[in-house]
This record gives sequence, C-alpha cells and structure tokens, in this order.
Amino acid sequence: MSTTNEQPETDTDGVRRIYDPVADTPLRYRRDPPEAHPSLDYPPYKSTQLRHPKEPLVYLPHTVTEITGPQLDRTLALKETDHDLTVQAQGEPIGERIIVSGHVYDTEGKPLRDTLVEIWQANAAGRYDHRWDRWAAPLDPNFHGAGRCLTDSEGRYEFTTIKPGPYPWGNHYNAWRPAHIHFSLLGRAFTQRLVTQMYFPGDPFFPYDPIFNSVRDEKARGRMISTFNIHQTRPNWAQAFNWDIYLRGPASTPFEEAF
Amino acid sequence: MIFEVTPSQTVGPYFAIGVPFPGGNLIVPDGTPGQIRITGSIYDGHNEPIPDHVIEFWQPDGDGRFADIYGYGEQSTLPGFRGFGRYGIEDGDGSYEIVTVKPGRVPGPNNGPLQAPHIDVTLMARGMLHRVVTRIYFADEAQANAEDPVLAGVPASRRDTLIASATPDGYRFDIHLQGHGETVFFDI
Repeated sequence: MSTTNEQPETDTDGVRRIYDPVADTPLRYRRDPPEAHPSLDYPPYKSTQLRHPKEPLVYLPHTVTEITGPQLDRTLALKETDHDLTVQAQGEPIGERIIVSGHVYDTEGKPLRDTLVEIWQANAAGRYDHRWDRWAAPLDPNFHGAGRCLTDSEGRYEFTTIKPGPYPWGNHYNAWRPAHIHFSLLGRAFTQRLVTQMYFPGDPFFPYDPIFNSVRDEKARGRMISTFNIHQTRPNWAQAFNWDIYLRGPASTPFEEAF
Repeated sequence: MIFEVTPSQTVGPYFAIGVPFPGGNLIVPDGTPGQIRITGSIYDGHNEPIPDHVIEFWQPDGDGRFADIYGYGEQSTLPGFRGFGRYGIEDGDGSYEIVTVKPGRVPGPNNGPLQAPHIDVTLMARGMLHRVVTRIYFADEAQANAEDPVLAGVPASRRDTLIASATPDGYRFDIHLQGHGETVFFDI
C-alpha cells in the first residue's frame, strides 16, 4: 500500500486542518442517483409505514467524518471458518452446498481490498436460527447461518454455505420472500456503508416480493441477482454463484459539490 | 466508465444472528479515562420503541483523530480506540447504550472552519429499506454548535433534534423516525 503521508499542516491553535489521504482514497464521494436505492416510504412493504421519515432529508456535505471509516478485522479476529458456514458446527448442514463469491468494487470499478463483508441467512428450509422466527420449518442444528470475511488484495470475497430456502412472511396474504442472503459492507468510508440482499437467478417469487420490487428500476433489481457459474463449481462438492457488489466511488471532480 | 451502485435492502428482523459482535458498543475500551455513556431510544411514527434496530456510530477521538487506516491526518493514538460502535441487541425496549469519549473538533467541508463535536450515526431496522443517517451533537457545546457549518444547513426549528442532552455519566440522544419531534436525517 502506498503511503504518501506528509506532515499535516497545523494552524497556530494546534488543530490540524489539512488531511493528506493516500493517493487512491477519495476526498468526496459520488452522490447516489435518486432511483439507485429504494424509497424509505414504500407502502407495499407494510412495515415501512411507521418507520420512514416524513420530513425532507437535509443535505450533508462530505467532511472528514464521512470520508473515513472503521477497519474491524482486528476487532473481530476473523477465523478461517468464518467464511465457511458449513463447517461451523459439529456435523454437516443439510441442503445444497454453494460457493458464493465475487468482488467488491467502487462505482469507478476499482476493487476495494481488505474490506469487511458480513452475511447472514436462513437455512435450506428457509428458517432462521433466531428466536423470533416462528415459521414451521425445521431448524438445522448444524447451521447457524452467519459468516464474515475480508476481501483480498483484488477485492474478492468468497463464502461456502448452504443455499437458503424461501419462506413465508406476514406482509400480505400468502407472502413469500425469494431465497436470499443478507450482505453487510462497511467499505472504507462512512459514506460507503451498505446493507443489502443477494438473490438467486430465476426465483419464481420475484414478481410478488415487495422488498425486491422496492427497487423500482429493473436494471437496478438485476444488480441484486447472482449468476450461476459452472466454472467455479467444485466438482462432486458445491455449486457456485457469483455476485459483484458496487459501493459508491469518488465524486468525479473535487468541485462537483457546491456548498 | 461509471458503474451503478448495488441497491440497498432492509436489514430485516433477523440480523442478530450475524451483525452484532461482543463489545460492539465499546467505541473505547471500558475504563478509558474521560469515558462517557450515550444512551437513547428509537421510536416509530406511533412513538412506540423499535426493539429490532441496528445502530452504528463513527467518530474521532477527543483530539479529533480518527481510527482510520487510509491516511486522513494522524491516526488516533488513544489505546484501543475503535471509533466505531455497533449496537444491535434486541432487548425489546428500543434502547441503545454506547461507551465512548466525547469527540474532538474536525475540519468542516473543504477543510474549512471547524465543525462542532459530533458523531455520525447509521440506523437500520426491519421496515427500513435503506439506512438513515443522523448526527449526535452535544448540548454543552453551544458556542461550537452555533458555528457549525452542517447545523447551519439544518432548519433552526429542527436543530434541537440533533443535540444530545447531558446525563450524570454522559448524554442522552433519542431518535424519532417519524412524527412529532422527528429527528433530522441527512442526505449523504
């Protein structure tokens, strides 16, 4: 990693006013286009009703607080088994063994290395190992459903897990969630924080799921769907799905934003 | 070429199996000199507490230095300073508690005039398709708050929703997602 830390300038009051980032770290991040993410107010997903702000959001210029971010690898002391959800218990979990892998990029296509990727999911029967999940599907004593890893020097992550099942929920009559894996990413800056869900290709529940369809643009919805990859399957062992994740990149010019 | 971002989806009701981690609410190690506790509760549009939320915090240390490895100024030298907190314990009452130190002042937009001490906050929950972002400011920083370039952009009548009130061992900061006293949320 290049380090170009020059001595920060200091004013007479002893407060550092100039920050000298390493060359490849932006000073300001690109604003997401209006349709990039779901609206917080999306009536088909009923729980949004009382949980969305009604007042307009206030514009926050990106300051040093927003362009910095945590590095949790030492805090979490990641273990080799953290990215293999099939070896975390005494025995083998039931279900279709899959390898889920991809890259984390910013919107300029630059890989984000050493960034934390966290996942959690239901088991093969669509049941979460969580006391509030009361669906009448079996728990799997050999599957908890949580994993963590850091991306490598090329921004790549990889998990081995079990393909999660779809499951019913109470949003509307006969509502089912398409099979999905929850993903949480810290990026390297507060502005890049993203929590999302990865779906599987061709899921028959897509047309009926308000959470998936809360992303109004079809192309954008497509960015949440993984692809099957025969070349990354492990013969006689596991299927493989690829999914690349894009976090916000730098604003195109330092003066893109006026304030 | 510019790629488009991956869309956000809700954190859902079952994040507790993967997101919280032990000591996640310790932004500084417990016992750090000058430590404070910040507590609060999260409320929905009916003023009912939201038990299933994940709340995260990001801040510099008391000298305005971050625990950031990418070279923005000097790194914090406060022992064990993480700068980041995550509270996702579903204890049923919608509350949170973090242990930290009061942040120092850092430069404003374009390395401009100093901001008042503040903590950036991300809040997520079932029923929220995207995170919301707010900031904690401090009631006993009236002069700094009056000069703060971000607070200056907030309608005066709503600024008090961003100000944490003093308690015997720190501060209290409640978040109202909707309705009377709705907290100011930021477009970042």
